[in-house]
Order: sequence, then structure tokens, then C-alpha cells
Amino acid sequence: MSDLSTTPPEGYDSEGYPIPTATQPDSEAMRAEMLKIYPQKTRRKREKQLLTNNPETPPEIGANTRTIPGIITQRGCTYAGCRGVVIGPIHDILHITHGPVGCSYYSWLTRRNLARPKPDQPINFLQYCMTTDMQEEDIVFGGEKKLAAAIREAYAMFKPKAIAVYSTCPVGLIGDDVHAVCRQAKAELGINIFGFSCEGYKGVSQSAGHHIANNGVFKHMVGLNDEPDKEKFRINVLGEYNIGGDAWEIDTVLKKCGIHVTATLSGDISYEQITKCHTADLNVVLCHRSINYMAEMMETKFGVPWIKANFTGAEQTSKSLRKIGKYFDDKQLIDRIEEVIAQEMAALKPVQEEMRKRLQGKTAAMFVGGSRAHHYQHLFKDVGMLTVAAGYEFAHRDDYEGRKVLPTIKIDADSRNIEEIEVEADPKRFVPRKTPEQLEALKAGGFNFKDYDGMMVEMKKSTLVIDDISHHEMEKLIELYKPDIICSGIKDKFVIEKLGVPCKQLHSYDYGGPYTAYTGAANFYKELDRMINTKVWKLITPSWKKPADPTIAMGKGIDSPTNKTIREVVAGMAKAWKPQKSAPASSAEG
Amino acid sequence: MLNGTTAELVERKALRINPAKTCQPIGAMYAALGIHGCMPHSHGSQGCCSYHRSHLTRHFKEPVMATTSSFTEGSSVFGGMANLTQAFKNIFTIYNPEIVAVHTTCLSEVIGDDIPTIIKKSIEDGSIPAGKIAIHANTPSFVGSHVTGFSNMVMAMVNYLSEKTGTTLNQVNVIPGFVEPADMREIKRIAAAMSANIVMFPDTSNVLDGPLTGQYKMYPEGGATVAQIKSAGDSIATVALGHFASHVAAATLESKCNVPAAFLELPIGVGATDRFISTLANYAGVEVGPAIELERGRLVDLMSDLHQYFHGKRVAVAGDPDQVIAITQFLVELEMKPVYCITGSPGNQFEKRMHEILDGPVPEAKIKQTADLFELHQWMKNEPVDLLIGNTYGKHIARTENVPFVRFGFPILDRTGHRFFPTVGYMGAVNLINQMINVLLDKKDRECDEEWFELVQ
Ligand code: SF4
Ligand code: SF4
Repeated sequence: MSDLSTTPPEGYDSEGYPIPTATQPDSEAMRAEMLKIYPQKTRRKREKQLLTNNPETPPEIGANTRTIPGIITQRGCTYAGCRGVVIGPIHDILHITHGPVGCSYYSWLTRRNLARPKPDQPINFLQYCMTTDMQEEDIVFGGEKKLAAAIREAYAMFKPKAIAVYSTCPVGLIGDDVHAVCRQAKAELGINIFGFSCEGYKGVSQSAGHHIANNGVFKHMVGLNDEPDKEKFRINVLGEYNIGGDAWEIDTVLKKCGIHVTATLSGDISYEQITKCHTADLNVVLCHRSINYMAEMMETKFGVPWIKANFTGAEQTSKSLRKIGKYFDDKQLIDRIEEVIAQEMAALKPVQEEMRKRLQGKTAAMFVGGSRAHHYQHLFKDVGMLTVAAGYEFAHRDDYEGRKVLPTIKIDADSRNIEEIEVEADPKRFVPRKTPEQLEALKAGGFNFKDYDGMMVEMKKSTLVIDDISHHEMEKLIELYKPDIICSGIKDKFVIEKLGVPCKQLHSYDYGGPYTAYTGAANFYKELDRMINTKVWKLITPSWKKPADPTIAMGKGIDSPTNKTIREVVAGMAKAWKPQKSAPASSAEG
Repeated sequence: MLNGTTAELVERKALRINPAKTCQPIGAMYAALGIHGCMPHSHGSQGCCSYHRSHLTRHFKEPVMATTSSFTEGSSVFGGMANLTQAFKNIFTIYNPEIVAVHTTCLSEVIGDDIPTIIKKSIEDGSIPAGKIAIHANTPSFVGSHVTGFSNMVMAMVNYLSEKTGTTLNQVNVIPGFVEPADMREIKRIAAAMSANIVMFPDTSNVLDGPLTGQYKMYPEGGATVAQIKSAGDSIATVALGHFASHVAAATLESKCNVPAAFLELPIGVGATDRFISTLANYAGVEVGPAIELERGRLVDLMSDLHQYFHGKRVAVAGDPDQVIAITQFLVELEMKPVYCITGSPGNQFEKRMHEILDGPVPEAKIKQTADLFELHQWMKNEPVDLLIGNTYGKHIARTENVPFVRFGFPILDRTGHRFFPTVGYMGAVNLINQMINVLLDKKDRECDEEWFELVQ
């Protein structure tokens, strides 16, 4: 963050961000245009999810509601949110999907939650796709026996520390009791085995799966090992999945500052780390949507407080580090953090400045996930770009409007069927991390716990906020706004690019990254520059469909001005050629 | 990498590890994209549709459009009728396709939704507007594999669309199988080179290999038109390529419209392509002609040039049954030794045919249907091979065992060639040879002692 005591330099705002120079069209008109095509019932629903923003009083958004059948949506299912997102990255436990083959097949190494094998656990189970591959007879007669046998076979071959079992849609319907099978297997094999009822039809998106996963991880893993790490200033980083090495980047910066990460949930995490994560001093929540449940439960049961932070964007990284420093209230730590920030920013500034020159005035739109569509806006802000439209794929109202709306969120039928587990303070292990006086002092100093203000307050007035964007709206958005770049996922990427707009995938990062902290920010700015300023899109129109280009011969061949010198050279060569006298009829050389 | 895999073979009855197949709907979705103006629709929870679209997109690097019934818990209790009807209404209003091809998922199969009835009702109540079409295929994933799903959707095209009017048209149907757009394009090129008039369905060329133009077309130029599929009932004959992906549709057409079918294998390698070409020439009443003979001659020339590098090399092959059957024959033509040949899909015909192919030249070969990559890897640990052929999921095995690897089949998520270069026909065989020789010689060049590092090969 820039020094607030001085007035910001020209072209920069009070927070130190370069002021975007791009303008945006009239969003109300755009909104009407996008909604026009829908049948009435569909339009009425989409109207609530497609809003023009007002940062002062964010309007209520119809988030976390069902996707309308027939609408081309980005969303996936509960299973994907549970197995794929939250638990999938734990690399040293074995994951078995109970169901027909497909669900497990598609979740096999398709998310980029990178993991490094550890010396004590050289097998990276993420490379294995395990499933009961249910057949017709299993559907008809029930799959419990097959699941029990599969667990036994898996244990015999791999001897894992723990096994997690995931249910897919048909399993819930035929009524297999996955939890009973797991309990029995646990008793029989003596390792930790637990199941998740994460059938895809539960809930309205991946989000339900996050909740189910949080519950399961909390119930079956967290708190099994009370031995804290020896380091000082222990935190957990929650809601960071190490896509493209993001968690490693955050880890590196924290380490430099002297902050120790007990566990990152759940990027590159081991079973051992999860079992003792309740011994940390603070939970730092990055992706609020996928993991706020865990943060809440750990606080209630073990007394670990949580704060919201963000390591995407340089300014945000500095802000987050300072917040952690403030929490620990340790002079040495705070000084060290300032040193690190100064060092990192000194290295980053020139890059940022150069990229700002190349990117300021450009616009972006992003539709992805449950936190990235917010977090990534900061990277664009860093270089003076304007986000004209943004929205999440599966977030809730609080992620848009801020946690202050939590009490007013109506629980509908789809949310009600997701278990809310009752958590109480652990009689022995609940340890308040701060005394009431310390808490008071922190609050007095403007320090907020559990503070997530959501995306809308940080977006400009009259930008578009679109929840669960449909294909139609995406196409319209491109037509009406012509953003310079769109961040989205694999299913949209090539649609967007066919229209000549570069698309950065924010699930897989297009196999780039990391993009967190300072080095990550530099990577991202450069990536933006590459994508936005590439000339590859200019090749779309062939030269013969463009106005005559004097640098190209344009079919005039050797007579074109550029070929003039060639003409002279060849003419000279032709003149110089003399026929050989009495050339032999056949080669005499051999 | 993969260091949980040991050489010790243990019989597994319940656990599938690293499957060599996936589920039916993705095949049905792919097939439906080969109809011009078609929106594939996944009747079930939205997760399946999302997974299938994502995976197809990763393979083709092209837009893959499909809609979903977005089931919630309520629909799984009360059935998906309301969802599907509403979906039809939305799809035709917003995305305006000519035809919607519905496939089921595990969920709607277990619920037992009666799709034909829902289609009928939706036509009656106008959710499917007049002049628009909906077809469907049942694609439960607890039966068969993605190949079955493909086959079921092609059969649905015949069932719903093909008609016999009584006037035989001068055209031959080609059902190309679960192959790449590049392969379908190649089949059309071969037919055109012979002046054979064909109708091919499905046809994903110019759908999933579109150009960059600055425009986005939800329904690109390509795809077999409904009119063409309809006219297939009046064709002289059908040439169906691949037992698992195409034969059922051809047999259906034979019994429905009395169009005689030739049940062939995928035209990969010399013999299978010869059979395809002469069958097509016979039915179409044309000469094969010098252009195609020239291509064939060049292929055989290349095979003789490179014979020394291929002869006796041990190969492991994993893939879809039609692909494995076809490429194994080509490997035998090259006098290689396909010692391990697996498919994840179930089907006795696979093992039967593979034994016919291999019992003579490679009696030691291990052949297995309903197998998985984990087991194949274990075999390789017991007795190594010189070359691995399979889809992208083989890359971990290839790296672990340091085996040259040729990507072949579906899906290929990490390379590009499959999108442009066919593997069918004589030129397809040239492409395969090119890929194999490159990985074999690259390994030698990388690893041989310096004194054996040769400039010329
Ligand atoms: S539920 Fe069935 S159809 Fe859906 S992804 Fe899983 S296996 Fe495929
Ligand atoms: S079957 Fe259910 S769990 Fe599996 S992918 Fe489809 S929606 Fe998700």
C-alpha cells in the first residue's frame, strides 16, 4: 500500500491504485438488452441475478439459486465441489468415488491442485483414479458390498493412512448407506475411513459440495492430533487450493516474514497437517465461499479466530500481511513484514509500472468460481484496468453483498438439505487465542474479524454483476462491451476466443501461474500484457480482405515496390549467366 | 510418479483403478455434435453435463455446447419431466437449434424418466415448436462405456430420422465411428477422390475443428443435416466402421429401411483401409483410381523404408475397442509385437477379434476387455515394452517406465496433432508411422552412448 499520509501522485487513487482511464457503456441499457431474449419465467429469474452495481448500497442478488433447465451454465455439481475442490487436493489419502465410472474419471487430475510428494509419503494418490465403477447389477441390487470390497482391495494394495469415499447421484437414489460401509471398514481395517453424501443433485451448484466437504473434513480429520508445530506465529491458510502453485508462492512470502503455515486447506496438504490444523493461532480465509464453514467451526470448537485476507494482487498481499502482523501484535514480526513488503514492492514496482503503461485503459470482465471473480479484480486494478462486469459461478449473497446480509438470507429447500453440523466449544481443547482485553484493543484499532464485505462494494458504480452467467449473456456481453480480456473457465474459453477476445481461464490458469503474492502478481501482469497486446488476433483477416497494404506485394508480384530490389538482383543474375560451350551429353565426372 | 503401482498382480473384483473408459453420455454428446444445427441435451444433474463439456473441450480445444435439465433433489424424487419440458422451451427460444438430441444420465436412468413421452407432450404443448425436432438416446453409464453412448446416439439418429421413401438414391452411407473430426474429413476426402457419393453421419468435421474468424457460430457449418440423415434410408448401402461404435446403427438402418450394411472395422493401416476402400468403391460403383493407389503406394514404401525400426518391437496398446482392434492390425502389418492390448469397455467381441488377429503372429499377447490402465502398467512392470500407445492418461505410465509414448484415441488433453492429422486411411497410417518413429528414435538419440549417436538414420 502506498503511504497514505501523502497525497497520491497524479493518476493514482488514495489506496495507491492507478485510476483506470477506460469508460463503460450505460449498464441499464446493456442489462435490458441481455435479458430481452428470455421467455418470461426465465427472464424474471435472471433479472434477479443480473444487476447493475451500486457500491454504496449493493442491491440484493438472487445468488445460490437453481439454474434454470435448458440454460447453458458454467456450473457443475455438488460432487465436483466436494471431491474435486475441497478434499480432492489431499494427496496422501486415498479417494474412492462410489458410482458409475464417469464422475470419478472426469475428476481425475483435471483440477490443477498441484502437490509435491513428501519424503514420508512418496505416493501421490492424486495420480490414481479409484472408483467402484458400478454396473447395472449394483444399481439394481445395491452397491454397498461392492464398495466394502473396493475399500478392502484398496487398503490391501496401498496401505493408506485414510480413505475418503464420495457418493454420486445414482448412489443416493438407490439408497446405499455409504457411511455405514465406511464405519465398518474403519473398524475392520483400523485406519480412518469416512464417506461423503455429495450426490450431484443436492444443492444448486458446487457450493453445496464445499459445505458437505467442510463438514466431513471437520468431523473426521480436524482435531485428531493435538501436537502443535513448534514454530511461532502459526496460521492456517484456508480456501487456497494451490492451483498453479499459488499456495507455494504464499507460503514463501509468509515464511520470509516469519509466519508459519500449519496447514493450507487444502492445497498441497497432507493428512497429518489437517489433523493438527486446529492448533494454529489464526485462520486466514482466502476463498470465503468454499471454506467459511470450516473457519466458523474451528473457532467455535477450538477458539481459532478467523480473518479474511487476499493474496491476489500486490496491494492486497501487503494489506493481508499487515493484517496478520497486527493480529499477532509483535513488534519484531510487524517490522519484518514491513521489510518484506518494501523488498518485494521494490522489485515489483518497475514491472508493475511498465505493465501499467501497456494496460491502463483496457477493460476486463470475469466470471468464475466463488471468490476469484472478486480477488482477481485487484490484479487488474494494480495495473489500471477497469473491470466492467463480474460474477461468480456458485457464490452466495454474502460473497456479493458482504457478510452483513447473512442474517437476511432466506434458507431455501435446496440449502436446507445440506447438513449443518452442531458444533460446541471443546471442553478441554478450546483455547481463546486472545484475551478479551486484547480483542477490545484490536477492535478499537479498526481490526475486524470475520469481515468479508463482498465483491460489490469494491466494484465501480454501474458495472454489471452477473451471477451464474449464461452462455447467451456472455455472448451479448462481448458484443455490447467488447472487453479487452475475459476471465472464465474451459467451457467458455473457446467461445470467447472465437469472437476475437482473449480468455484467461481462472480455474486452470491455462496451465500457467502462480499468480499469488508478489511474484505471482508480476506473472499475471505479464500474462495480461501477452494476451491483450498480442498480434495474433490481427491475423484473423487475410490481407486480401483488408485495405491495400503497401508493405505486402498484394499480388503484384515482382512489380511491387518492395520487390524492386529483388527484381534488380535477379535481372543481374540473368544477365551474368553464360551458356557453357560444348557441354558434354552425359556427366563425365563419375 | 505412480509409485503406488507394483509389479505384484492382485485380482480385483470391486475396485477400478485408472479406468480406460468413461461414461456413456459423453459419447452421446459427441455424436450429437455431428448433426448440423443440433443442441445436445443432458437430462440429469448439471454436473454431468459440465464434466462432459469440459472434457470434450479439453480434447478439441473448441467450443462444445450442450444444455442440461439441471436436476435438483426435487426432480430426483418427482422425476424430470418438468425440467425437460422447461428446458425444451428455453433451448428453442434462446438458442434456436433445428434439433435437440437428448441423452440421459445415470440419475435420470435410475429415476426411469420416459423421454419419448416427455418429447411427445412437449410437442403437444408447444415447448418444442412446430418444425423443430427432438430425438433421444438412453445412455446409462452403469452399462457399457462412452463408446456405447456414442453408438446409442447414432442409433437414435437412424431410429428417429432415417426414412425410406422408395426411391433409391445414388449414395452410400458411411458411419465413421467414434473418431476425430480430422478422420471424418479424411473419409470425405477419400470418397471424393474416388468420386464416391457418400452421406456420413455423425460428422463433426467443421464443427469441432472450426477456424478463427472473429465470429462465433453456435451451430457451425459442419455436421450431417437432418435431411441427409433422413435420406440415409434411401441409400444404396451403409458402410459401418467399427463394431462397437457403428454396427448397431447400421443394423438398425438395415432392418428399418432395408439398406444393406457392410460391417467393417476402422480403416487404420493397410489391410483395413483396403477393405474400406474396396467396399466403398463396390457399393458406389466407382473405380478406386490412381490418386488413392498412389497414396497407398507411398504408405507401403514408407513401411518398407522403416521396417528395421519397427520389426519385433514390443507394444502396449490401450484404448477404445474399435481403435485397439484396428491399430493392432496395423502394428502387426508393421511386424511389431502388440503384447498387451486392453480396452476399458466391456464386450466379448473385442477379445474374440483380438485373438483372431494376434494368436498367429503374437501368441504371447495379453488381451483384456473391461481392463484398466493400472493393470496394464503392472504388466509393463513385469515385462517391459518398447512403445506405449494410448490416450493422454497413459503419460504417467510412459514417464514412470521411460517408454516412448504415442497419443492415440480419446481423450488427448495435452497435445494438438489429433485435431489436424487423421489416423484413418493411408495418410492416417503415414501419420501414425511418423509419430511412432519419432518417439522411438528420439528416445534412442536421447539415451544412447555418444559413440552410437548417429547423424543419419
Ligand atoms: S453420473 Fe453417470 S452420467 Fe453423470 S458423470 Fe457420473 S457416470 Fe457419467
Ligand atoms: S452424476 Fe451427479 S455426481 Fe456425478 S457428475 Fe453427474 S451430477 Fe455430479
